[in-house]
Amino acid sequence: MHEETKGSKILKWILIGVSLLFVVLMLVLPLVTVITEALKSGWQVFWQAVSDEYTVDAILLTLEATGFAVLINTVFGVFAAWAITKFRFKGKKLLTTLIDLPVTVSPVIAGLIFVLTFGRQSPLYPVLQALDIKIIFAVPGIILATVFVTFPFISRELIPVLESQGTDEEEAAALMGAKGTTIFRKITFPHIKWAFLYGVVLCAARAMGEFGAVSVISGHLRGKTNTLPLHVEILFNEFKYVPAFAVSAILVIMAVVILIIRSVVEYKGKKES
Amino acid sequence: MKKRKKTKRVIPYFGLSMGVTISMLSVIVLIPLASLVIYTAQMSWQDIWEAITRSRVMASYRVSFLTALAASAINAVMGVILAWVLVRYKFPFKRILDGMIELPFALPTAVAGIALTSLTADTGIIGGFFSKLGISIAYTPIGITVALVFIGIPFVVRAVQPVLEKLDPVYEEAAGVMGASRVRIFWKIIFPEILPSVLTGFGLAFGRCLGEYGSVVFIAGNKPFETEITPLVIMSELQEYDYASATAIALVMLVASFLVLFLVNLVQARNTKILTGGR
Amino acid sequence: MKNKSVKKILASVLALSVIGVSALAFAGCQKADTSNDSKVKITNVSYDPTRELYESYNKAFAKHWKEKTGQEVEVTQSHGGSGKQALEVANGLEADVVTLALEYDVNAVRDAGLIEDGWVSEFDNDSSPYTSTIVFLVRKGNPKNIKDWDDLVKSGVGVITPNPKTSGGARWNYLAAWAYADKKYNGDESKIEDFVKKLYKNVLVLDSGARGATTSFVENGQGDVLLAWENEAYLSLKDYPNDYEIITPSISILAQPSVAVVDSVVDDRGTRKVATEYLQYLYSDEAQKIAAENYYRPYNKDILKQYSNVFDLDINLVTIKDFGGWDNAQKTHFADGGVFDKIYEGK
Repeated sequence: MHEETKGSKILKWILIGVSLLFVVLMLVLPLVTVITEALKSGWQVFWQAVSDEYTVDAILLTLEATGFAVLINTVFGVFAAWAITKFRFKGKKLLTTLIDLPVTVSPVIAGLIFVLTFGRQSPLYPVLQALDIKIIFAVPGIILATVFVTFPFISRELIPVLESQGTDEEEAAALMGAKGTTIFRKITFPHIKWAFLYGVVLCAARAMGEFGAVSVISGHLRGKTNTLPLHVEILFNEFKYVPAFAVSAILVIMAVVILIIRSVVEYKGKKES
Repeated sequence: MKKRKKTKRVIPYFGLSMGVTISMLSVIVLIPLASLVIYTAQMSWQDIWEAITRSRVMASYRVSFLTALAASAINAVMGVILAWVLVRYKFPFKRILDGMIELPFALPTAVAGIALTSLTADTGIIGGFFSKLGISIAYTPIGITVALVFIGIPFVVRAVQPVLEKLDPVYEEAAGVMGASRVRIFWKIIFPEILPSVLTGFGLAFGRCLGEYGSVVFIAGNKPFETEITPLVIMSELQEYDYASATAIALVMLVASFLVLFLVNLVQARNTKILTGGR
Repeated sequence: MKNKSVKKILASVLALSVIGVSALAFAGCQKADTSNDSKVKITNVSYDPTRELYESYNKAFAKHWKEKTGQEVEVTQSHGGSGKQALEVANGLEADVVTLALEYDVNAVRDAGLIEDGWVSEFDNDSSPYTSTIVFLVRKGNPKNIKDWDDLVKSGVGVITPNPKTSGGARWNYLAAWAYADKKYNGDESKIEDFVKKLYKNVLVLDSGARGATTSFVENGQGDVLLAWENEAYLSLKDYPNDYEIITPSISILAQPSVAVVDSVVDDRGTRKVATEYLQYLYSDEAQKIAAENYYRPYNKDILKQYSNVFDLDINLVTIKDFGGWDNAQKTHFADGGVFDKIYEGK
């Protein structure tokens, strides 16, 4: 880094100040609100809401859906990033646009399309019914909707890194006769390690908090298809203001834990290298 | 172009990776989205046109579009500043600040909406301050914008940050040594490098904001023609069991977000070409 | 080279689709129901503020059913906005019974072909075992001196009510105001419309649901009066006994939540008997008392009288029949281009 002049120091602190102010106002205060509301009636009420059997069911379901979302999107993200950055083909722009599309589709619409595809109006419905397969208003639907809204998160993180890295190293390795898996493991993966970690964290965080799409598709069956955000919605609608915030606080804590894990892994990893 | 294609295929697994990509894309994204098109196609053109151009729906497009635009513009500026601060400076609490960025994703949008509303209503901490100045935030378009800024901020920061990290400070230093002012360095050297990523972040945030529902309904006030957003109109059509109108309006929004993304990708591709042109 | 990769693409597309479908199928099958002679499971799809009511009732019913048949019964509850819940049942959510906020929503399930015609007369009192009405919740001491609907159209009064287009329950609010104006102006349509229009001009926040409206009023301090269902107003009062008062207007509407057996589902699952008894038992003395304790007005007159310290029994209540039934009211008032749309379009 070049030497700091007096002017650049002032600029530095102004920018830091603006950033901190923004983060405090926009991100920290809402979280503080959630936590204070959750504890408004004391620890006992908080603990009661958190240890409720339906809350526990909701936590498990949220973890399940998040796990599936991360798993499926990892598989997709790695293959998609590989295909898009290591080869040239027609329609690449269209493909990347389509991959990004789920992020910008309104959650309301995201839920609606699955209802239209698998619901009673759909031509698929009799087939599913005959096979006794339930997709919407059951766990598979929730997983599908969660995967949908987090679809591009991992590929999006990988693509720019792979793009800037270019294809020379892989080509060289391939020409020297290295196997595909070896190329990926030895050459590509070290480059994308951190981007991959970012992607998983983003994906997990977003999957846990997804509300709109899952809300349309879940059916809100208590103890069966309620994720944590839906449980919050229900508690809130049932005039249980404090328990609703207590359950939200679980989500906040889960998110914070994930983010801390990421920081630790990243810190250690970067120190080693 | 064609010649290059052959040399590029030295790397293995083109077929496999394309196959996996396309099939997963189809099952999870394309087929469900197609159902929207199929459902809307059952209506006559006239009905579709009527459903998507009713004055109330038109007003909601305006509200959604303007608030999303304002919020993404704010996010683009703040996102660059945040990314810059996180990459270039050392200061206390930096790691915590860095970790906070994804929290808007994890907080269910409804909870975010309720929390933001209670903060920005006349009785809240922030709202109370501004109401003394005669500005009300909650239940106005400003409130919608605040919620959307909250929702969209991670997109820009996380798009710009990796690019800034990769940016070699050598050029800046060289320019600095040669006496270029910091403002000039930023606009001439750094800004062109990060512009594609800013645009990507802006586009993603904009698209996401257009469709946001959960947090906005609580803070918006939802008055028709004033603070009613398009996703809410879709919801109310669904409540009236008017699937046809709902899917038609949904399709309009889908096309809008597709166009935004496509434009972003075009700009990005052009920029990448310029940037990698020398290689 | 090119052909080969296309083939590879196709092969992996096929393979993955098979894997994907079978994975979903596996996940789907896991959820198959396990009803047998000693235990039966049913699903009750209801609307938002009935959670406590059905939590207590489900226990009472389980006991009753065990005594009667020796079989255990487990009821899975689903709560949400009434219209949304109806839509989900119509879209394939397997509900054995629906207990929704209004007849119109049950009709939507009927129109999907899941409930047979004539469900309204299957149980007593148009299949509504408990009723409610629309009241005003005002701040303690009633600073704006709000006594009746007339006071709501005065300038400077801020009204909070949910949007009748997105909240089924809020349609009762709108119709109650309409009923008052109807009486006041002796059926003069344009004057009634003006009155309702003025009222909605005073609406500060048009939330998408009842609970959102309550939050705007209670937690965020918006407005002077909240139009609410009686049972919801009592719930707010229970949480904040010192901050609010309930005002009963001179005229209101009899809000009749409707219950129905979802015929095609119970025939499919073989649960008709238990589902029918589940709804029938709502009319028993025990269940009627549970309803009253959750601030719903019981259908049984004697039990209603026992709770006369809670409910204002002098209130003049019109019913949906005065509006020519739900299908009619929906078409005139709430459909696209209806009277409610005109209220906002005329600006």
